[in-house]
Amino acid sequence: MAGLIGKKIGMTRIFNEDGAAVSVTVVEAGPCPVLQIKSAETDGYAAVQLGFGAQKDKRASKAEKGHAAKAGVEVAPRIVREFKLSEGDEYELGQAITVEVFEIGDSVKVTGTSKGKGFQGVVKRYGFAGRPASHGHPMSRVPGSIGPGTDPSRVIKGKKLPGRMGGARVSLPNAKVVRVDLERNLLFIKGGVPGSRNSYVMIQK
Amino acid sequence: MSDLIQELEKAEFREDSLDFAPGDTVRVLYNVREGSKERIQVFEGVCIGRRGSGMGATFTVRKISSGIGVERVFPLHAPTVTGVEVIRRGRVRRAKLYYMRGLRGKAARIKERRIR
Repeated sequence: MAGLIGKKIGMTRIFNEDGAAVSVTVVEAGPCPVLQIKSAETDGYAAVQLGFGAQKDKRASKAEKGHAAKAGVEVAPRIVREFKLSEGDEYELGQAITVEVFEIGDSVKVTGTSKGKGFQGVVKRYGFAGRPASHGHPMSRVPGSIGPGTDPSRVIKGKKLPGRMGGARVSLPNAKVVRVDLERNLLFIKGGVPGSRNSYVMIQK
Repeated sequence: MSDLIQELEKAEFREDSLDFAPGDTVRVLYNVREGSKERIQVFEGVCIGRRGSGMGATFTVRKISSGIGVERVFPLHAPTVTGVEVIRRGRVRRAKLYYMRGLRGKAARIKERRIR
């Protein structure tokens, strides 16, 4: 099913019909022009390529401009993403997809790039327990033993150790759409969404 | 905070401006839903603090109910809070009156503020 590319604006809270406060992330989503339609015959898989935003004319490459022009889009979009097509979905080249495809109460998947946390230890990165703070322990957030000894004489691949955290592609499934602003192309999604403000996210049904 | 968020919040703010400050004795009217019935309940006490900005702003009201101190935090912009009536303006010298928690009876009085 279709999706949209959006830009995270920020968070606020709104009150629902019951009077309860709901934290929401505001995402500026679409309008996204269809740049290319991929089909199983020509490309080996079915997908639809959408664009979002506008690139400065002097910054866009000839290839990007040409690709956009082919779909009848005047300015080269800033972001281009592909969405899988399910059977029965029909799109036209150059057709602009807007937030109208989403309704209040829809369950959506939001994909974005998480905030970079830098080089982090195992306690923050993987939720290791570390050592107790009291009862004679030196304060410590160490990983502890990282495996057996002489046999196998190596560390098992994939062992959770300190390293770079965040800045990775993260998907948030089952996020709920709380409100849709058709005038301003805004989606209100319950709770947080991966990434920082002004970062780009993909929203799929 | 982005301008757009501020603009969106502005549209959500309550229309009646609530003019009260810490130290004021207020009567808060709020909707309570019991099953399918809705009725208005009253919470009357001293506002001992306001915090936050935008949609997250809240205020705390403290009263003594049958000898026991009770505090309630209300979201300022909640539609369930139908009104706040100021009964008495209080003259206080700080924004958060948490010292009221340690006082009772005569010591917990607040001088009235005369408005010129």
